[in-house]
Amino acid sequence: MGMTMAEKIIACAAGVESTKAGDIETVTLDRLMSNDGTTHLTIDMYNKLKHPHIADISKLVWIVDHNIPADSPKTAASHKKMRDFAREHGITYYEGDGVCHQLMMENHVRPGELIFGADSHTCAYGALGAFGTGVGCTDYLYAMVTGTSWLLVPETIRFNLHGELKNGATARDLILTIIGRISANGANYKAMEFAGEGLHTLNMADRIAVCNLCVEAGAKTALMEVDDIAMDYLKEHGREPKAVFKSDEDAVFSQVFDIDLSEIVPIVAKPHFVDNVVPATECLGVHIDEAFLGSCNNGRIEDLRLGAEVIKGKKVAPTVRFLVVPASRAVYNQAMKEGLLDIFIDAGAMIMNPNCSVCWGACQGVIGEGETLISTGTRNFKGRSGHKNSFVYLASAATVTASAIAGEITTADRI
Amino acid sequence: MSETFTAKIWVLGDDIDTDIIMPTEYLALKNVEDMKPYAFSPLRPELAALIGPGDMIVAGKNFGCGSSREQAPEVVKALGISCIVAKSYARIFFRNAINNGILLIENADLRDYVEEGGVAEVTPGEKIVYNGKEFKIAALPDNLLEILNAGGLVKAMRKRNGLD
Repeated sequence: MGMTMAEKIIACAAGVESTKAGDIETVTLDRLMSNDGTTHLTIDMYNKLKHPHIADISKLVWIVDHNIPADSPKTAASHKKMRDFAREHGITYYEGDGVCHQLMMENHVRPGELIFGADSHTCAYGALGAFGTGVGCTDYLYAMVTGTSWLLVPETIRFNLHGELKNGATARDLILTIIGRISANGANYKAMEFAGEGLHTLNMADRIAVCNLCVEAGAKTALMEVDDIAMDYLKEHGREPKAVFKSDEDAVFSQVFDIDLSEIVPIVAKPHFVDNVVPATECLGVHIDEAFLGSCNNGRIEDLRLGAEVIKGKKVAPTVRFLVVPASRAVYNQAMKEGLLDIFIDAGAMIMNPNCSVCWGACQGVIGEGETLISTGTRNFKGRSGHKNSFVYLASAATVTASAIAGEITTADRI
Repeated sequence: MSETFTAKIWVLGDDIDTDIIMPTEYLALKNVEDMKPYAFSPLRPELAALIGPGDMIVAGKNFGCGSSREQAPEVVKALGISCIVAKSYARIFFRNAINNGILLIENADLRDYVEEGGVAEVTPGEKIVYNGKEFKIAALPDNLLEILNAGGLVKAMRKRNGLD
């Protein structure tokens, strides 16, 4: 019987010939990412161990991105704990360089790897054919100390992509459409695999956006076949694959979907669930107080180009705060070189340092009682980006920027 | 963890996300004890103060969806919740809860039958009895049971390594 990509990566990491969905395997992790959301908890637990030990320091990557720069003495203390520990042990450490998943894609992830991240959106790494999955700090600690963990081999839902995106639709609209179709737990415990000729029409930014959001359908991981576009990205960033896997012809999928990319339209996810999706045209006229362009989902150079194209020569509505947050220093630099930051500043946007920003609702730009945010962030849960009685709509970089100009939800073709 | 116990029921709905269980706003608090009063506050601000030690939560599908923040199961444990019965769990929360020694039970029917404030009798790995009606429940796999019985993953490791 053939194997899926997920099964092949787990078998490789477990050192076994083959495995199948439903088996439990003990795997050796290739990389372990953690950020300032929970690393202080991991350190506290580590320090209480009787025989503290790190299996392989070279596999650890620690990134301060959730609350940077620190906004309170408590946050500063948490960062200091993380910084001091990383320095003392020689752990690869980033602070202020960007959002964790963007930095991992730029600097670390390799096809075929099995990666634990102490962050739910670790599934983004599937854009490079790597099995990334989110864990809590106890699982992270176990993997850090032993170098291993146990995994239930997931079933795979396969998405065959056909055609090409058009009509102003983006990869964000594609993945929101898929989540709406299968629901917020439609892929629970499962891998979501993307293939088909339509995949080759998506650039790396598109692919990361799709994989990143798969956890909002409950997925354990997301995986994409590695093609020339992925290999070019890897080469540009000076890395080689660990292994390139694709599902066998006779691999068993729990479900198969065929998606015609040309049918995707601009989508909005309404409060308070990511699967609460409608065509953006059904939300036209909804008043907004703030707009956010950034995050691990849509803070890449391609997203900033898209936003800049929409807003060039126009102004942010006087009733709206528009936050533009490049996902990394590399993205920030590139946007500066291309003159995109000038365009946003001239339009009245606020350009922030690379960080998670209002997407996670504790750093900058949080919204007040009764306020509404339109966001390229990852979630729209109740209270996610500020007051418990506030509202978050999720949409693409184009729709968010267009709405910032209009002061209400609208699509780019209406601006 | 196989002895029968009784617990007072608090009822929650579908898709109870980690930002509901423990809002981001309070994650910077010093410890989980300080976070306790804010558990579930975006949805039911009064709930944390009402929950007593040994009470149970009965919820709908996809309980714990969202973030990997371990403060969510930690605060549930700190509130003294004896077990959660949900139609289904989001996977990261599932692992995190077991790793913190919280008994999780999956059952499709109980949620639509019980009323808040009622009392259920739970026999882990076997059944739940409510108002005389019996609901069968499955046993957890052995590797998870080992973690649960030890009171969490770190304690299970210590036990396995002969440190406790």
